[in-house]
Order: sequence, then structure tokens, then C-alpha cells
Amino acid sequence: MSQMISAVSPHFHHPRTTRSIMLDVIIALVPAMIASVLIFGLRSLMVIADCVAVCMLSEWVFEKLCKKENTLGDLSAVVTGIILALNLPVGVPLWQAALGSVIAIVVIKQLFGGIGQNFANPAATARIILMTAFSSSLTNWAVPQPFNFMPDATTGATPLALMTKGETESLPSYLDMFLGNTGGCLGETCALALILGGVYLLIRGVITWHTPVAFLGTVAVMSLVCGQDVLAQLLSGGLMIAAFFMATDYSSSPATKWGKIIFGVGCGLITILIRFWGNFPEGVSFSLLLMNILTPYIEKLTRKKPLIGEVDN
Amino acid sequence: MKLKGIRVPHKKHTAQMPPVRIPVPKTVTIPMAMHIGRPAKPIVKRGDEVKVGQLIAEADGYISAPVHSSVSGKVQKIDEMMTAMGAKVACVVIETDGLQTVSETVAPPDVHDLKSFIDAVRQSGSVGLGGAGFPTFVKFSFNNDEKAVDTVVINAAECEPYITSDTRTLLDRTDDVFSGIALLKKYLNVKRYIIGIEGNKPEAIAKAQAVASQTEGVEVHVLPPMYPQGGEKVLVYNTTGRLIPQGGLPLDVHVVVLNVTTLAFIAKYVETGMPLVEKCLTVDGSAVKEPKNVIAPIGASIADVLESAGGFKSEPAKVLYGGPMMGIAVPDLTAPILKNTNAIIAMDEREAQPPKTTACINCGACLTHCPLRLDPRAIAKAYKKGEAEDLKTLCVDLCMECGCCSYVCPAKRHLVQTNKLAKAVLRNYQAQQKAKEGAK
Ligand code: SF4
Ligand code: SF4
Repeated sequence: MSQMISAVSPHFHHPRTTRSIMLDVIIALVPAMIASVLIFGLRSLMVIADCVAVCMLSEWVFEKLCKKENTLGDLSAVVTGIILALNLPVGVPLWQAALGSVIAIVVIKQLFGGIGQNFANPAATARIILMTAFSSSLTNWAVPQPFNFMPDATTGATPLALMTKGETESLPSYLDMFLGNTGGCLGETCALALILGGVYLLIRGVITWHTPVAFLGTVAVMSLVCGQDVLAQLLSGGLMIAAFFMATDYSSSPATKWGKIIFGVGCGLITILIRFWGNFPEGVSFSLLLMNILTPYIEKLTRKKPLIGEVDN
Repeated sequence: MKLKGIRVPHKKHTAQMPPVRIPVPKTVTIPMAMHIGRPAKPIVKRGDEVKVGQLIAEADGYISAPVHSSVSGKVQKIDEMMTAMGAKVACVVIETDGLQTVSETVAPPDVHDLKSFIDAVRQSGSVGLGGAGFPTFVKFSFNNDEKAVDTVVINAAECEPYITSDTRTLLDRTDDVFSGIALLKKYLNVKRYIIGIEGNKPEAIAKAQAVASQTEGVEVHVLPPMYPQGGEKVLVYNTTGRLIPQGGLPLDVHVVVLNVTTLAFIAKYVETGMPLVEKCLTVDGSAVKEPKNVIAPIGASIADVLESAGGFKSEPAKVLYGGPMMGIAVPDLTAPILKNTNAIIAMDEREAQPPKTTACINCGACLTHCPLRLDPRAIAKAYKKGEAEDLKTLCVDLCMECGCCSYVCPAKRHLVQTNKLAKAVLRNYQAQQKAKEGAK
């Protein structure tokens, strides 16, 4: 008889793998990708394809050079590419998007040890670096114009910029903001698509409700306290995509239940601080980065006590 | 609040199948170490005639258990053998005569007080039949002044996938279970009895409840259908609300835990005097043609047992003692059925292939699903860095190796394995600490 396999227990495993989780995230991002094409035109697809391709290529090249195992199969590079693209304006020069992708994968992910090891969210950090380096092209907001292949000529202000300037009377309607028919980055404007994707992730158990609810809840409450338009704050900027897809990144956010809540509340507070009192109209990426840095401490604080004595909840 | 765990596929295909006795094998190989503690000392030699129930090895020391012949026949040899757990033990190999003549020594024991009861349990060769095989009589030998036991928890959770042998005990041997309880009531002087059954066995629950309602002091607790309800800590907490302290025993919270099949066996032994020589076990798995419950003489080979289940559907690639969550892979099919074997699971090539391990993605699934609230991800990190002090803070010594963490890990990391190694590191470190303190 052939040799018996003598593996260690357990001999059963849940079918979920890293790859299947990433596949779920990609599926959850499909509505937002479709929305980006409908809203900003087919060039959206070019930006997404650009980022995904460069992310995958840089991961492959890096791992080849470092003689590490090829991990393209886990699909995490694809997820990073899509999320980064959705965080860029449609008119972004493709080389800048490509540069952002290289930064996200090589500097932020791989140099820290690859999947699961990066302390910061690759897409959020790359967005910040690009914004700082190329502020003109990255804040050149296209107004929605479906089915246009070329970077457009007409640009306009995002709802957040309008609010920061106090021009609330020229804000788009709530419905337009909910459907994403406003200026902004590719994937951040359509709240409907993002919520759909977020709910899918919740149902699939890829994310839990703690982070998005804490994040969005804090922004809502603080907007109310500060006398701002709550709905407009919730529906504008990169809040929705961050709350569902970026603040829930496994590597750069706490794994504990209370940690996720603290992380979400922290993100919400910093977002509000920057939005209402800072120089940038948008504070979401910065809030993510700052909370990423605090993650190890939050985890330490919120780690469950092993069951040695009393049982509490 | 109840301690949970994880949902695993139950796969209790054999729950409706009363056990069938397998034909007497040509030879049996009976190891001297089927329990925790010192191996038994053989008292037979090559060429001796033995009969069913005859003592063939004596307990050696206090924590040990005697071994009896499961067949009638002739001792062929006494051999050293490698067990699946990786230890060398002596085995008595008996060539059977197929007659299964019962030994004259088999007679109901004289049981009239606590001492004679404990003695009888000791002579019966009984060990914990559901788990690690701890000699049963030790559990009854508590000092009633210091650690008064007020509750006996009867473990019928049977939370491992596939296994239904305890379910069959409850269904087919309900009377034995309840006469066992009557014995404990009489001699241990404990008033409260809780039978813990996982909610996925409605028939066993109904049957136990029917009898329990007519027996004073017996409660049936239905446990959530989640693995590992049968884990001692989880079981005791979920039935009594008491938490066994770190490094402690059920006795520390005034509880004795007894597997339901062990209890039924003890009752039968007191009635007939037939020691532990056969075992009811579940034969199942993707490679098995006709999954069923069987009664096999202890020492029968796994091959004998599998044959009685119709042989293989396909070549087995991995065969386990016990269930898929905590079971131990056997090196080959000549391995014998032990006293505490409650299942033989044979997996085909596809099911047996261990999944590929990838990098930890920090998803937290392992720590949210650990019934004891450990953080296997952090333990693995501390182990890799050799931080014994951190391992202590993380309480890795609590880990019951249930496998929930490894089961849910999307990266398929060997978390249980790492925990085992980390426990050893912590033990060494603590021993060194102690030695240092002693030197001061
Ligand atoms: S850490 Fe130990 S007790 Fe916790 S799930 Fe893993 S094996 Fe079970
Ligand atoms: S379940 Fe696996 S991948 Fe997730 S944190 Fe634990 S060890 Fe890492």
C-alpha cells in the first residue's frame, strides 16, 4: 500500500482561503467599478486596469528579485490595485497611477514583509503620497460624464470642497450624492454601490459590522454636534469606500472586536477634525494612516483575556 | 452565556446504525499502554492459553491500568511496537481460536462500599473512553473532605464530526447509563448528575430526557451544536457555569466528568464482571464503503475493522484514530484498536491532502473562534521569536488543542502544532525559572 499521509490535526479545514476572501472583496468592488464607468466614463476602466496590472507586475517582479514565493494567486495585489484606482480621479495621468501602484505594493506591502505584515493600508498611503506629490492632477476633479474616453476638459469642485468653502447652496442633491453623480475619485462617489459591496462582505463574513458602523456613526454624530449637514458629510468624499473597504483591511487594523470599534471611532474623529478644521477638504486617508500607526497599541489594549478565571463578556 | 467554538460539518451518517460485532480476527495485538500513566506489566508468556476477560497484564503503580485478553487463543509473542503517538510499547499478540471462550475469572465483583467500588473500577481496566484514556478509578478517588464533589457531568457531547459511538451508547444502552448513575449515587454520595448532549442528536436527547425525568437528580443539558462542546473546560462551564482554573482539574470546581460510554461500561462490569475487552466505534470517512458502527475486540487491527465496513471505496490516503478535529493519523493499517478508540476515519486522497499553508493575513479568525479566548496568531509570533515571557502572558498552556483555530484559518497555518511546541517552550522556561529560584 502507498505511504499514508501523517499530517497534524485538525484533519478538517474550513473551505475559506486567503484567495477566496480576496475574491469576495473583488466581487464586492464590482458595483463600485461599474458605477465608476457609468459616472466618469470608460477611462475609469483604463485607470483600474492600469493600477491592477502594475500592482500585479510589481508584486511579481519584487518576489522574483527577492526569490520569494510568488503570491499573485492570492489575489491581494488585484484588490490593492482596484482600491487604489478607485481612490484616484478619472483624469489622473496613467504613469502617476502606475507609480502609486508600485509604491503601494513594493514600499508599503512588500518591504514590510508582504501580505499581512504591512502596518499601513497600501491604497490609502499611496493616495496620500500621490496627492502630496502631484496635487494639481490629483485634485483635478472631473465632473461626471459617462462614456468619455479622454481625460475631460470640464472639471468642477467636489461636494466636500464646496462644503469646506461654505458654498452649501451649490451642493448636489442628496440623491445625486447617493448615486455618485458628483465630482470625486473614481470609486468613492457612488454610496449605493459601496454600500451594496459592504453588505456583501458583511454577509460573507469577510468583514464585521464593528469598523464601518463605528466609523460612519462617529462621523454622523460629530457632524450633528458640529451643526453640519449629516447626510452630506456621510455621502461625500472617500468616507464610504474607506469605512467598508479600507478601514477593514486585515493587516493594518485591529483584529479584536473592541479594537475595531476604537479604530472606527478614531478614524471618524480624525476625519471630522481634518474636514472641519484642517486645510485639506478630505481627511479620510490621513485618518486611516494615523489609526494604522496606532493599531498595534489598540490591539494590545483590547486583547481578550484568556479564560483563566472569571468569565465576562 | 455559553462558550461556543465553531460550526463544523457534523457528518453523523452512522447515528441511526446500532453497532454490529465484527468477526473474530485471526490475531489481536494488545498494547500495554492504552492509558495515561505507566504501561501495564504483562503476566503471560509465549505459548500461554488465554480466554476472554482473562488478566494478561497488571497495572504498574498507582496511575496505570490492567489489561485483559479480548479473545480466547494462544499468546503468539510479546513484542515491542511503535504506536501512532510515536512511543514504543510492549504488545501481547494473541492468535485466536475463534471460540471466544469466556475466562472462569470473569465474575461479578463484590461491591458494597466506596472502597470496593473504586477497586472494582480499577480491576475492570476502565479508562476514559472518549478521550485521552485516563484511568477512571482515579477520578473517583477524591478526598471528600477537601474537595467535595457536588456534580458529576456525563459527557455525551460527541462534538467531533462523524463519530456516533456515544450516541449509540445513549440509545442502545440507556439502562446501563442509568444504572451507572445509580451506582455513583450510592457510592460517591453525589446528588447532581448532568448529561451534556450536543443539540444535533435529538433522538439521544429525547431518550435521555425520558429516563432522566423519572430519575431524581439527573438533568439533561442540551449544548449548542458547536465544536468543541465535549472539551472538558467548555463542557463543565456550559453545564454548570463553573470555570476550571488555569492548570486545574474539574475537581477544583467540585465536578467529576465522565464519558457516557465509560459510565455504561462500569455499570455493565459491576453487573457481569466482564472487563474492558471490546469497544464500540464508528467506522466512516470518504474512503469507507459502508460506514457503520462496530463492536471490535481490543487489539483487532484497523484493517480488520475496515474490512467489516465493506472495505474501501477508494484507496485510503489517511486513516485516523478518532475524529477529524483531534484524531491521530496512523502509520499503517496494522495499528490496533485501543481502549479509547471511538472511531476509525479513513479519508480518500482528495480529503486527506493537507491544504497549502500561506502567510498569515492577520484576519483574526483564529482568535475570535478560540473557545478559550486565546490569540493563536500572537502565540505563533511569540513562539517564532522565542519569547517565553510573552507565551506566559498569552496563556498558551491553556490551549486544549481542539483545532478550532487551525480549522478556521484561511491561510491554513498549523496553529495547533505551533501551540503544542510553544507549550513545550513555556514548560521548559518555567522549569528553568524554578531551578534558578531554587539555586538562589
Ligand atoms: S488556541 Fe488551542 S484552545 Fe484555542 S482554538 Fe486553538 S487549539 Fe483550540
Ligand atoms: S486565522 Fe490564520 S490568517 Fe487569520 S490571523 Fe489567525 S493565523 Fe493569521
